[in-house]
Amino acid sequence: MTIVYAVLILGVTAIIFGLILAFAAKIFEVKVDPRLPEIQSALAGANCGGCGYPGCAGCAEAILNGKAPVTACAPAGAEGAAKIAAIMGVEAGAGEKKVAHVICNGGDNCVKRYDYVGTPSCLAATKVAAGPTACQFGCLGFGECVAACQFDAIHINDHGVAEVDKEKCTNCGACREACPRRIIVEVPYKQKVFVNCANKDRGPAVTKVCANSCIACGMCERTCKKDAIHVVNNVAVIDYEKCVNCGLCAKACPKNAIEPIPTPEEKEKFKAAQKAAAERAAAAKKAAEKAAAEGAN
Amino acid sequence: MKITTLLAISLGAILTNNFIFAQFLGICPFLGVSKKSDTAIGMGLAVTFVMGIASAITYAVNLILVALGLEFMQTVAFILVIASLVQFIEMFLKKSMPSLYTALGVYLPLITTNCAVLGVALLNVQNEYNFFESVVYGVTGGLGFLLAIYLFSTVRERTEFADYPESFEGFPIALITSGLLALAFMGFSGLQVWPM
Repeated sequence: MTIVYAVLILGVTAIIFGLILAFAAKIFEVKVDPRLPEIQSALAGANCGGCGYPGCAGCAEAILNGKAPVTACAPAGAEGAAKIAAIMGVEAGAGEKKVAHVICNGGDNCVKRYDYVGTPSCLAATKVAAGPTACQFGCLGFGECVAACQFDAIHINDHGVAEVDKEKCTNCGACREACPRRIIVEVPYKQKVFVNCANKDRGPAVTKVCANSCIACGMCERTCKKDAIHVVNNVAVIDYEKCVNCGLCAKACPKNAIEPIPTPEEKEKFKAAQKAAAERAAAAKKAAEKAAAEGAN
Repeated sequence: MKITTLLAISLGAILTNNFIFAQFLGICPFLGVSKKSDTAIGMGLAVTFVMGIASAITYAVNLILVALGLEFMQTVAFILVIASLVQFIEMFLKKSMPSLYTALGVYLPLITTNCAVLGVALLNVQNEYNFFESVVYGVTGGLGFLLAIYLFSTVRERTEFADYPESFEGFPIALITSGLLALAFMGFSGLQVWPM
């Protein structure tokens, strides 16, 4: 008999509470825009905060309210942006995929002023006499960015410089924020040629601190056929809109500061080709002058 | 029912028999939600609310159970009550106070599994409190929880910057701190309300 009572009382209470909750659900029903959960599922879901909103839920709400663009979530990429655009009924626009890139290739080429033995943190190292690297712009290599990356996409390479794995990079911006020297930049995913130097000092000063630095000689600027590379503030900067990734500037660079770094043979070949072209140009000019002179006569 | 009894119950629930530091109930949210003081306060207030209402409803449920001689069903019946109550509160907050709802976030449904809430319901029965005493015990027990979790969160915000051995990072140092706090609360154990 006790068992029957026990089952009954529990069952009845459960039913009563169930009914109350069912009614409450109707009374307290909150109409949620059905697009909100859809948008949220299209976001990357990493809660990285790269969009500037508190977590993915905040970003989804901002997109829904039209405060954020449909491309707000960088980790979701063009695919996610397209999905959200479909939900919102707008065009995704030019959602070109971008990744982070470290503009330094110093590392063991960079002169060290002292041995830093404190906390292995870039920020802490910059506080000790402005950092152990003689270059005031270069990568310190303590991995502040590595720790900040949630996607395992940035690592310190064999030369002691941070390097982005662009396949894994979602361009969330965490490393850019973490780097005390601010040498991690946003670049188009398909870009292949980079000036890996951020040193804004003049040529002679730069040469003293790093073997792989941009000395602002302007060779790249003169070589480029697309007007896509310019020396600004003593360092070469590529205009990614104009650049066609031909790599001529990299071959022309006397300091190996432009990626992809050419092999010595490539360099020689390039120099020879340049010389030949210059000779040919000079010859053509001479011929033209001669022709002009004859014509005048 | 005397005012001194209620005062004694309140003092006991908040200080001498604090749910966390003296009875070790509700340790899970105490450790989990105490990293920041503002979420700690939110959690404490929600627990206070649920404990107060749960005390009132479980008192009524217990009357039925006792009448049918089913005292052994207390635990399971109370859990049913608490779970439904938390669900109800969640719906209510979502409708009427969406800002508080988003602030509490995942901690709101987590109250269902807070053993301090079940503890207060069972202790009400054990101590043979009447309806009014039960509610007072529930609310003040919740306030005790709020006090404990807030104190602990402020301490924890500071231990973030403290210089302790690396192996103590995270929960070990939190557990040591809470042990010391509990020790401090033991100082209240002599506290009494003199009958007037």
